[in-house]
Amino acid sequence: MALFDKFKKLADARAALMATEPCPLGTRIDEVFSPTQGRIGDQEVILAGTNNYLGLTFNSDCIAAAHHALDAEGSGTTGSRLANGNYSGHQALEIELARFFERPSAIVFSTGYMANLGLIGTLVGPGDTVVLDADCHASIYDACRLAGVDVIRFRHNDPRDLDKRLGRLGDKIDSTLIIVEGIYSMLGDRAPLKEIVAVKRQHGGYLVVDEAHSMGVMGEHGRGLAEAEGVEADVDFVVGTFSKSLGAIGGFAVSHHRELDTVRLASRPYIFTASPSPATIASVRVALDIVANRPALRHQLWSNAERLYAGLAHAGYELGPQSGPVTAALLDSPQQAVAFWHALLEHGVYVNLVLPPATPGGRALVRVSVSAAHDTTQIDRIIEAFTTLKPMLSSSAKP
Amino acid sequence: MTRHEQILDCLMVHLERLSPKGGKLHADADLANELGLDSVNVMDLLLEVEDEFDISVPVNVIADIHTPRQLASAIEKIEAA
Ligand SMILES: Cc1ncc(COP(=O)(O)O)c(C=O)c1O
Repeated sequence: MALFDKFKKLADARAALMATEPCPLGTRIDEVFSPTQGRIGDQEVILAGTNNYLGLTFNSDCIAAAHHALDAEGSGTTGSRLANGNYSGHQALEIELARFFERPSAIVFSTGYMANLGLIGTLVGPGDTVVLDADCHASIYDACRLAGVDVIRFRHNDPRDLDKRLGRLGDKIDSTLIIVEGIYSMLGDRAPLKEIVAVKRQHGGYLVVDEAHSMGVMGEHGRGLAEAEGVEADVDFVVGTFSKSLGAIGGFAVSHHRELDTVRLASRPYIFTASPSPATIASVRVALDIVANRPALRHQLWSNAERLYAGLAHAGYELGPQSGPVTAALLDSPQQAVAFWHALLEHGVYVNLVLPPATPGGRALVRVSVSAAHDTTQIDRIIEAFTTLKPMLSSSAKP
Repeated sequence: MTRHEQILDCLMVHLERLSPKGGKLHADADLANELGLDSVNVMDLLLEVEDEFDISVPVNVIADIHTPRQLASAIEKIEAA
């Protein structure tokens, strides 16, 4: 088989679905006016398919700090943290992250994907075990592959299923990582963390929570689901990203185990890549400060989230189980979802189209994200578009 | 009936339910190409298998498994260990 033959099935599947421009996969956004407005082709749209939960991508203080760092330190570090890419800003950000999470150690990575690779892929190896929620993000699965560790899945958000699987491990529990997420990125549902922690206490092992979608969004101080549930002491490692509520790019891991610091000496995804640019680090430091000191943004986000969820539920949509910054509307088929996505765009609303196998349960869905930066008029316009388009999803209108 | 045959029979029951393509089910059918299962389907099958036999089957073992017969052998080996 020639090198590219194996992609034919994927390419054909995409071509069949994507006959009309603009393409829902990798949609080209032609202009970005604000955290919530942009232009796709000749259509101005409300951006409701991002991870810009606090709307910080256009925050003037973040941008000013980034400008300053760009002028002062240049456009890139051109090297690894373990070589020439360790500037004072990188270290300051690690200290600030540790303080923010009230834990002794923090490591900054170049993306959230690499934070998972770099933490999980280094902590465990052949002979160790990872027990993960079946719906965990691809970066967690890839980290396990890199590690060569035994991977056991448990049924999504099912602590009893986790209990059963941990119970089968015997002595292996001592070198087992349990991995869950705070808010799951596709359906927007949250891990039952209290119950999961109770199971961990009973069996042992180490707990990793990926708070990619919940940091800045949940908890009194914005530390995520573990803070909101009051179980931070039982969470050994928190992984997260700068690419969502913090509005930039990069990732991190923090822990109450001081030994986390030694992971950087062995972590290939930390060592063999360049460190984040000075401008990125500078804007993240300001964004972290905003997360810590402006809880009003979180309150606005949740108020928007609840308004949207109630509106879509009222319009008769089948939604994910909980309201939150991510709301998924579940649809019958990929074909229907593609047509619906185009129709939403024509009504001035950009959302994410998600097709199987990237969806839980093999369903097609559109993922709607809200931001603290949406105003109620925008939320109402999103609801209005969904309400107007509902008839195209009735069973008689199925393609 | 050998243990291997028992396991295989049991797998077939689960596969009957899971296989979206409805391709002809047999012990040497290719899970992906003939039965149309994607990687998530196969991992979900493992969840069922783990509970049925009360064992742990690491997801990473399926990289080398392409047919129901191969999966039955892997389960038999784990049971015996
Ligand atoms: C749960 C989870 N972890 C990690 C990542 C990766 O984050 P990043 O975009 O910073 O690589 C994502 C983002 O897609 C995610 O949803």
